[in-house]
Amino acid sequence: MTSDRVTSDAQSASGYQRPDAAGPGQDAGQDAPRSTPAISDREQKILGIIETARGKRAKFRDEKINMAHGAGGKATQTLIEAVFVPAFGSETLGEMGDAGIVEIKGLQLAITTDSYVVKPLRFPGGSIGELAVNGTVNDLAVSGARPVALTLSLVLEEGLPAEDLRREVEAIAAAAQDAGIEIVAGDTKVVERGHADGMYVCTTGLGRRDPRAELSPSAVRPGDRILLSGSIGEHGTAIMLARGEFELDAEIESDTRSLWPAVDALLESAGSHLRCMRDATRGGVASVLNEIARSSAVAIVVRERDVPVQPAVAGAAEILGIDPMYVANEGKMLVFVAPEAAEDALRALKAVPGCEDAAEIGEVRTEPPGMVLVQTSFGGRRVMDQLVGDPLPRIC
Amino acid sequence: MKYVDEYRDADLGRALSGEILSLVEPGRHYKVMEVCGGHTHSIYKYGVDDLLPANVELVHGPGCPVCVIPMGRVDDGIALAHEEGVIFTCFGDMMRVPGSNGSLLEARAAGADIRMVYSPLDALRIAKENPDREVVFFAIGFETTAPSTALTLKRARAEGVTNFSCMCSHVTIVPPLRALLESPDLRLDGFIGPGHVSTVVGARPFEFIPADYGKPVAVAGFEPLDILQAIVMILRQLAEGRCEVENQYKRVVPYEGNTRALEVMAEVFELRPHFEWRGLGFISHSGLKLSEAYGDLDAERRFSVPGVRVADPKACQCGEVLKGVIKPWECKVFGTACTPERPIGTCMVSSEGACAAYYNYGRFAREREVV
Repeated sequence: MTSDRVTSDAQSASGYQRPDAAGPGQDAGQDAPRSTPAISDREQKILGIIETARGKRAKFRDEKINMAHGAGGKATQTLIEAVFVPAFGSETLGEMGDAGIVEIKGLQLAITTDSYVVKPLRFPGGSIGELAVNGTVNDLAVSGARPVALTLSLVLEEGLPAEDLRREVEAIAAAAQDAGIEIVAGDTKVVERGHADGMYVCTTGLGRRDPRAELSPSAVRPGDRILLSGSIGEHGTAIMLARGEFELDAEIESDTRSLWPAVDALLESAGSHLRCMRDATRGGVASVLNEIARSSAVAIVVRERDVPVQPAVAGAAEILGIDPMYVANEGKMLVFVAPEAAEDALRALKAVPGCEDAAEIGEVRTEPPGMVLVQTSFGGRRVMDQLVGDPLPRIC
Repeated sequence: MKYVDEYRDADLGRALSGEILSLVEPGRHYKVMEVCGGHTHSIYKYGVDDLLPANVELVHGPGCPVCVIPMGRVDDGIALAHEEGVIFTCFGDMMRVPGSNGSLLEARAAGADIRMVYSPLDALRIAKENPDREVVFFAIGFETTAPSTALTLKRARAEGVTNFSCMCSHVTIVPPLRALLESPDLRLDGFIGPGHVSTVVGARPFEFIPADYGKPVAVAGFEPLDILQAIVMILRQLAEGRCEVENQYKRVVPYEGNTRALEVMAEVFELRPHFEWRGLGFISHSGLKLSEAYGDLDAERRFSVPGVRVADPKACQCGEVLKGVIKPWECKVFGTACTPERPIGTCMVSSEGACAAYYNYGRFAREREVV
């Protein structure tokens, strides 16, 4: 045993003693060079305890709602799992898909709803109206449903210039036309000045489940490949810069667009080999991968080198100290596909306008279950965890 | 990204990894402390451990500005934030640090006007925009951030901004290092010196480490190649029987430091007789307060703060983590009661904290070989 072991085994100030200070596993490693000791048994055991603790159904213990509850990360998930799902007791809701599937006389319908509170209302590459259509359309699309109908609910602030409203209505109409969805019902409310920030938009989307789709967040299995439909982080970064809180300037546009054409192409090329699709909005790619790893009890390994990021986004993220993997997208999705169909699916995806940069970024494995690991471009490995806190409120 | 990617090159990383292997004496276990939390973060973020043999162990040091702030200081900040008419400003990480009765973030939810800033100049701007309010800046950090606080105070003085003051919790790097080296808990083989601090103080202040304690030091940058190269430098010193301060971060760190920044600090700050560090207790001449000349901008003089010493939570072992005595996962509450979303200790709050870095990035079985 080397001398440093003796010193570090010494009882520390708090009286906490390492229980297996002279554990045989570690000594074997030190005495036999070039053997293959993993981490110590005790560290392994503690990692196991931590994962068990993380695997437990989250409890909602906050006394007040804070911004993190809306960020799409861990706090949002806790709120949904601990408050909403148990209260409503819906099996469909419990599946936690992007849209709920309802079957009426053999006809499978997908339904989803979303509220848009983005600040500022207009930003490079889009505006709240366009976002409100595409965001809801995409939740239908990644559920394997062809978008059919949309409802539109507006909450307007007293004093909002009519010109701004008119402009957003036009943006909504144009986006709906592009996405091939009809706006069939609506509602308007006005609140006193100061009670809404210009306007909030709520949309509910109805889609018809495509017969080619056999998707479920829990269908993912080891060996599956993971495709990403294009470069990440543009929407969140564009919003961040548009707010002018940082003295940074870059030509970055929101990626807001309908994903239905991409989904259509994937269903055509891979059909039942597609396991699951998710659009990577709030919380970014990292949050989606964590949700899938957890719901399917699989490990996900991502090759950082293969994840497309525009240089301007990478630069802004570097300066601001954020990871593009956690930054919101409004027109990018992750696709889990059986290995035998991955190549064809990627080719089909890349042929769709707006998805030219699509890439295979990683794969699904068995160990460690529930966890997302990254092979860093530098050649190391690390965990990519769920988003904690809210780095950037009100991005959609 | 130009000027960044060069320092993250995987091929060069493999080459340095090979060099490290060739310098390691088979069967010997090496413990190298990275002093700075920025290094800890980089090590985990890039997976630097995967390029090291298992018998080169990186021990995480005390250089995390948020981690070393004791609970009583947070309580003082919250008390100030609740003062009538005060806008309290601080860096984002600081807002989540738990005090004895909640964090600044919770104080904000309860109605205090607390704003996150990216630089002390943002706080000064808020003061100028709100002349009828008192704006307090909670200044934390080592010598890295102290000059920007000092310059901001000088500007406040020059521009005659009277509604701005500073709650100074700046600390200095050498005293805790000395305390650590005096501690019998730990046996280290060398130090990766703090790059950012050294841009201000230079590499010279670390000469006492080889001179008085016989340990090599390599002041290093924060990219993964910087860290690997610093490890090579330390291992080479050990292999050759040398013991000195080397400067890996020459592209930024002048050996004598930034004399202009040091002058400004000397004008605006003076050493406190002693300052309490989280988990490390009181350390003499380790904290800064505003000098007599700038006393009127001292928030602790302008307002009354409780200034009560609050003991760390019993279960929390941040002190031992900061000293490198235990690994984050060896703490009793790590990852179960203490997580990034519900931190008990400061090391789980800051992105530069060893516990947060290990929890967020390093929480998996990493197989490595022993040489």
